[in-house]
Amino acid sequence: MASTKKTEVGAAPDPAASLRRQRVRWGEKLIFVVLVLCALVSVVTTIGIVVALVSPTIDFFQQVPIWRFFSTEEWAPTFEPAMFGVWPVVVGTFNVTFWALVIAVPCGLGAAIFMSEYASERVRKVVKPTLEVLEGIPTVAYGFFALTFVTPLLRDNWPSFLGEPPGIFSAGSAGIVLGIMIIPTVASIAEDAMHSVPNSLRQGAYALGSTKRQVALKVVVPAALSGIVAAFVLGISRAVGETMVVLLAAGNTPNLTISPVESIQTMTAFIANTATGDIGVGTLKYNTIFAVGSLLFIITFTMNYFAARVVRRYREAYD
Amino acid sequence: MGTLRRSQQGTVDAAGAAVRQGLTGDGSRVEPIKGYIFVGFLVLSIVLGIAMLLTLVVDSIIEGAPFLRWNPLVTGVPSSIPSEAGLWVAIVGTFWVIGLMIITVVPLAVGAAIYLEEYADGDRWYNRAIELNIQNLAAVPSIVFGILGLGMIVRGGLSLGPVVYAGSLTLALLVLPTVILASREALRAVPPSHRLGAMALGSTKWQAIWRNVLPAAIPGIATGSILATARAIGETAPLLLIGATVFITFTPEGPLSEGYTTLPVQIFSWATRPQEEFRTLSAASIVVLLAVLLIINAFAIWIRNHYTKKQQA
Repeated sequence: MASTKKTEVGAAPDPAASLRRQRVRWGEKLIFVVLVLCALVSVVTTIGIVVALVSPTIDFFQQVPIWRFFSTEEWAPTFEPAMFGVWPVVVGTFNVTFWALVIAVPCGLGAAIFMSEYASERVRKVVKPTLEVLEGIPTVAYGFFALTFVTPLLRDNWPSFLGEPPGIFSAGSAGIVLGIMIIPTVASIAEDAMHSVPNSLRQGAYALGSTKRQVALKVVVPAALSGIVAAFVLGISRAVGETMVVLLAAGNTPNLTISPVESIQTMTAFIANTATGDIGVGTLKYNTIFAVGSLLFIITFTMNYFAARVVRRYREAYD
Repeated sequence: MGTLRRSQQGTVDAAGAAVRQGLTGDGSRVEPIKGYIFVGFLVLSIVLGIAMLLTLVVDSIIEGAPFLRWNPLVTGVPSSIPSEAGLWVAIVGTFWVIGLMIITVVPLAVGAAIYLEEYADGDRWYNRAIELNIQNLAAVPSIVFGILGLGMIVRGGLSLGPVVYAGSLTLALLVLPTVILASREALRAVPPSHRLGAMALGSTKWQAIWRNVLPAAIPGIATGSILATARAIGETAPLLLIGATVFITFTPEGPLSEGYTTLPVQIFSWATRPQEEFRTLSAASIVVLLAVLLIINAFAIWIRNHYTKKQQA
């Protein structure tokens, strides 16, 4: 086929024809296929995650009715008799996440406003990489820090009007460290959002006599609000999915409580804690890991999806 | 009062004065104070993060000080006697797991990045789906990758067993989105003239990419890959699920040997021991881990600076 094309071109010396591809380049095609396959690995990974989660989860719900999973309040899947009410680990997760947000929302937003509206180029050049370093510290180091520094600090300085001091393992201590850990995530996304607020809005506000603080709080923050909300949602999603800090510092007691001083278990800590023991494939215990994993995946995926949608829609609004 | 004055000035000519006034505060006595308090709060919120970073490092050094010696902390093997225990097995294990991870992830990520940047038509739904998928994958909690490794790589699907390469592959999939995004940015930064020039001289699309675009993008790709490597070195949770062992005294022999551990897994296992001395050991090991990460990050920054200078010269 290629050769007939060649003779055709040779027979009719059309100057435009010589620029046309004369034969199929199989090497180029092959490379293209290889590159497509590389790009598909990420899709296969997602499918792999879903498949890995679904089948043991179905097995799990065949043995434990779904209503018992969501309506009872006792979580003791590794004990006899086993109890499968998932709420204690879900509430435990959001307990820690709540205390993380108490730290990360004001500090993340404050850091973002500072970097976007106040900091000079020189200060930004120092602060941004420092926050990135903060993001790069291994979570196991944060967990150890929560356990051996923050918890004793809280226990020794606990004001008596707040009641009982936190135990050796506490949701609050893990939450505080987790909160500081996600400040860079929240700050950098929120800053991106504020950065893309057009300058004309700021200038307009200044022209009307606003102070710098008023411009930041009453013009830039509202204008970037959807991006800021997305930053918070992504921060929550990171806190919900984080394992090592809660595994080391929050204890492993599934308690249905929102108190920061008590020991709790999160979904991630349950998974890590159970999977490290010796467990047979296909046992109920093994399947429980995947059922909780599915719940965790659905929660974080939903949050990420909405955050990504908000960010995209909002970007389009100003570009 | 301020408002009244402004409305009296309300002409276009006065706009400049109003801007200046806005920038310096509007003359009310409370407003500047509010401004200072606000800036104070902003600075405090940044300082909290940075102070935490410093405290974490200093606290690890102080707590780990009694065990911060080259021998046996770096050269020793795990032992039930804390003062004799060392990280050698974990260091070699980390080296194996991360080395194999790099070999796995870099070709895949660069291939995917080349496809998305150089070939894919971004308006097609399937290419958009791939991009969206990569973004979503980047935000999946690391422990879910551990579940993927447990359900599909160690058991099920690939059934490799709890071997070194199962750890490498799981971490490779974990950092894949990060490396793809970094590589795409590096490719995007190569000016179109490189491609057009090569193709004008008669090279094929792939020749232009392989001989012109890719060499120019390598510093960016390398920096992104090294930073992703640093992140992978610190990962603990997925490895706990897929069989990184917490107590072994021998180093792995190859990609398919069973029984390995990495630095963060070792730190975690020591941190959970009840004895105070193991906590000290754990703190000393964190210092070692942070030192390793510092060196790797410094290397990444050095590459970036080195090549940016070269390209400008």
